[in-house]
Amino acid sequence: MAVIQIDKIAVTEADNAPPHQSLWQRNENFLLGLFSVTGFLLFWEFSVLSGWANPLFISSPSRIFNAAYEMFADGSIYPDLLVSAQEFALGYGLAVIVGIPMGILMGWYTRLNALLDPFVNALYATPRIALMPLIIIWFGVDLSAKIAIIFLATVFPIIVNTMTGVRTMERDFVKVARSFGASDGQLFLTVALPSSVPNLLTGLRLGLGHALVGIVVGEMYGASAGIGFMMQTAGATFQTDKVMVGIIIIAAAGMALTGVLRMIESRFDVWRPDHHV
Amino acid sequence: MSAQVKLESDGVRLAFYNERMKRRLLVLDGIDLTVFTGELVAIVGPSGCGKSTFLSAVDGLVKTDAGSIKVDGHAVTAPGPDRAVVFQQDSLFPWYTVMRNVTYGLELQRRLSKAEIAERGATLIELVGLTGFAEHYPHELSGGMRQRVNIARALAPDPELLLLDEPFAALDAQTREFMQSELLNILARAKKTALFITHQIDEAVFLADRVAVFSARPARVKEIVTVDLPSQRGLDVKLNQRFRELHDYLWRSIQEEAVRTPIAIGAS
Repeated sequence: MAVIQIDKIAVTEADNAPPHQSLWQRNENFLLGLFSVTGFLLFWEFSVLSGWANPLFISSPSRIFNAAYEMFADGSIYPDLLVSAQEFALGYGLAVIVGIPMGILMGWYTRLNALLDPFVNALYATPRIALMPLIIIWFGVDLSAKIAIIFLATVFPIIVNTMTGVRTMERDFVKVARSFGASDGQLFLTVALPSSVPNLLTGLRLGLGHALVGIVVGEMYGASAGIGFMMQTAGATFQTDKVMVGIIIIAAAGMALTGVLRMIESRFDVWRPDHHV
Repeated sequence: MSAQVKLESDGVRLAFYNERMKRRLLVLDGIDLTVFTGELVAIVGPSGCGKSTFLSAVDGLVKTDAGSIKVDGHAVTAPGPDRAVVFQQDSLFPWYTVMRNVTYGLELQRRLSKAEIAERGATLIELVGLTGFAEHYPHELSGGMRQRVNIARALAPDPELLLLDEPFAALDAQTREFMQSELLNILARAKKTALFITHQIDEAVFLADRVAVFSARPARVKEIVTVDLPSQRGLDVKLNQRFRELHDYLWRSIQEEAVRTPIAIGAS
């Protein structure tokens, strides 16, 4: 082992090894999060147990857990889950299928962009929930109305972000592609598309949030099933526990779907300097 | 060196509409320049004189207003596989690996099979000394390595004429000197004719067989200086007395033009 003697401080090879870290140091962020969440849940539970807070208003972790257990055990939650999942899949799926090509076309063809931009801009700026009464007039209160509202909520962020991605491709790359004799189609495939992927995924992620809002609000206007509907009826009858279960399901769905998108993103993003696996 | 003409630029004139000044601005005012096969000609001149514009015109990326540019006797109207550019900035596609960047031109041409393209890519990566980095992404490479990829990418379609637009401008001094001698090696091995634009006079003298001095904008070829140094050059040639003389001569020549240059507008 090489030992360099500097005054009385010996620098050995062991000093070049990564410093030893305790379990706490390695997982500090995670453990701190765990700590705060556990603390919060305990405080919540205890404040209800001690009679300090009324469970009718704020429920409690154990009550929520019991309510969720019951709803899953007797199977009463499944039809609601299924309906909401169906609405989401169809509404969001349709928005992706329509939004990405629209965004690409609007980014690529300046004339098409000039033609459609006023509409896209106006609708992007309008809270789409405001269209709900209109949608009920057009589609009634069944599944198609929910799909329509989720679609409208989602499609504009996808269009706008995809379009921005295609439009903002770097001129230097265009010059390189042209210099190598790229046709319009090749320029599109090798430059416009790859450089717009980050924006496109941002659009998908923004759209996701809007879609979840669409589910909840859509089902609050005359529906017969769904998580939003379940929360609405539970809320009207002061079943706070059930409302909380609904909130948790929506939140969990949002987090899980964002996680999926992030995984897709990191697959497409290996070339970016700030990429983290 | 055979006396076969590779590039012939005859009275090339080119004007751009300038947004700020609201009028057309003459950039190239009759460029006459001949490059022979196997030669490396460097273009130097004051900033903003139109060197890069001329290179773009030779590549076919911009249209000329008058005069003609011929490569192997064929008039240039658009980019073609007989010319390739090593660009100024870091212009590698960040979303492609080194291999895909190098083979970019070949993939566009759809002339070779996948296997042939991969083989040519590997050969070029080896030629520029990047063996083992084929699957790396540009952001994982140093500036010098990236410009090697850039050179390999330009060489891939086997162009007749290589156009280099200040390829080493963004590198640090040490890497630049190293890349200069590497470029000479690479060009010697690939047997290419090259037109090289640079701001650095020592780079021009070191690399070129002949140096063309552009005048202040609107650019004309002010003079052409033949570099009578041995064609096999190592970096120590920069210590040579004749190297110093050529360097100083060109410096004065450019300086005379630089004082006549109006405030530079846009890129050089």
